[in-house]
Amino acid sequence: MSADVFAKKRRNSLLLLLIVGVATIVSIIITEYNMAKGFTSVPKAVQWALSNFYPTKDSLAKLPDILVKLKETLLISIAATTVAAVLAFIFAVLGSNTTKVNRFFGSISRGIAIIFRNIDVSVWSMVLLFSFGQSSFTGYFALFFGSFGFLTRAFIETIDEVSGSSVEALQATGANYLTVISQSVIPSTIPQMISWVLFMIETNIRNATLVGLLTGSGIGFTFNLYYKSLNYDIASLVVITIIISILCIEFISNYVRRVIL
Amino acid sequence: MQAEGPIKTFSLQTDKFLDNQLRERLSKKPFSKSSIAIRTCGLLLIFLTIYAFISFDYKDVNFIDALLLTLDNLGKMFFEPHLKHFSFSHALFQVLVTLGLAFLTTIFGAIIALLLGLLAAENISSKPLSVVIKGTVALIRAVPTVLWVLIFAVAAGLGSVAAVIGMTFHSISYLVKAYSESFEELDKGAIEALQASGANWWQIVFQAVIPSSITYMVSWTFLRFEINFAVAVAMGAAAGAGGIGFDMFMASGFYFDLREIGAITYFILIVAICLEIFATRIKKKLKVLS
Repeated sequence: MSADVFAKKRRNSLLLLLIVGVATIVSIIITEYNMAKGFTSVPKAVQWALSNFYPTKDSLAKLPDILVKLKETLLISIAATTVAAVLAFIFAVLGSNTTKVNRFFGSISRGIAIIFRNIDVSVWSMVLLFSFGQSSFTGYFALFFGSFGFLTRAFIETIDEVSGSSVEALQATGANYLTVISQSVIPSTIPQMISWVLFMIETNIRNATLVGLLTGSGIGFTFNLYYKSLNYDIASLVVITIIISILCIEFISNYVRRVIL
Repeated sequence: MQAEGPIKTFSLQTDKFLDNQLRERLSKKPFSKSSIAIRTCGLLLIFLTIYAFISFDYKDVNFIDALLLTLDNLGKMFFEPHLKHFSFSHALFQVLVTLGLAFLTTIFGAIIALLLGLLAAENISSKPLSVVIKGTVALIRAVPTVLWVLIFAVAAGLGSVAAVIGMTFHSISYLVKAYSESFEELDKGAIEALQASGANWWQIVFQAVIPSSITYMVSWTFLRFEINFAVAVAMGAAAGAGGIGFDMFMASGFYFDLREIGAITYFILIVAICLEIFATRIKKKLKVLS
């Protein structure tokens, strides 16, 4: 009996390994990925980076310009996340199983969140570019839509996880809907929600670089400008400022998370 | 809890523990450290948001007009999609290419991250090694994926090689963090028991560490696959990695064809939603198993 179980387990894992192996080979063929070139390009890239990709004294002169763009990008990411969080909270309250008004609104708000979440920011930015041009709005709304979808999912899970019993208790005392939300749902979920918002700001700063590349605004555009004109020393300075700002925000959000959770 | 060995009297310690717990609860005032942190955080975010709106580079965009135009564009995208510059089967194949890119990076990332994750877990590796690996990985994670791809593109040329290597870098750093954290949750007793019975490092890893965290690893890896699909679309658009992202970039930047963008968006949306449903299923199944 036990020998059978082990044999079956082994067969299953072998089968799984086989499927993964075949899928890998198929992927290599259709994406025209060159294994040998892949391996050799890593040392080549390191060598190139060591000889070209560092800031020089001249590039430091561009630092003020870069910092202005970085500030703009950081502010857009933060503003997009906070406004998206407010909207996402409303949708999460309507969509969560513990607090939904009725099934109809529940599925509608969850459906909207699914669509917004699964359209990537790169897609949003290319669509918004048509109507908003190269203004800050393009980046702002692209990040806003992506964050809204993600945060709605995260908030729904948080509300379902944390405030089930306290909502029931308040409903039993005859409290009305708004009282339940303000006295039970918000206080019990706010630490988790702040933690998600901080995570989303981190992600959005990384995404903002991509959006900037695609739409020609913010820090992503600055990088692209120097990268395409082969000014690799200034481009590396841009990368370093991005790294420093993301590490700072990670540090702050880790600290806040430790204190509030 | 499993009862092992002779029963000892814990009464004194338990008393002290309860006492401490009680004191801790009583000392919590309405204005505890955490509520202050939450308030400051919230106020700071609101302040920064308002400041951001004031300092935006509006570039004379008429907001209302642009918003109406966006709604009109979205209507065109989603209600009148068509394919003009390529066929349905071509689009389907390009979606497969994007999935292939995501799959390759996830597999490569997972294999390398497994090794590094084992070395980065404090309980089965040494402290200095763990600190070094975790620090390096945090640094790699701080650089956006698109910048990794563009940096590798200088050495390998634009294309799937640079995209896969650049995306793999980011996947590794993400998965090392996830894996090592789930390894560190392993009960210390299990490792000690195996060490006492004379098991070597590999035996400990394969008999205790990996079996106990395999469910977490699978759900994290699949989550990364989902992320990598979205990233692969973006890399096709921003870094010439091919796949459906590149067609999207062409439709948007060269043909200015909103209806075609709409059709491509549908393709991406369907795959992404399928992946999400699949991921939720796997998570549920694994939860039942464990």
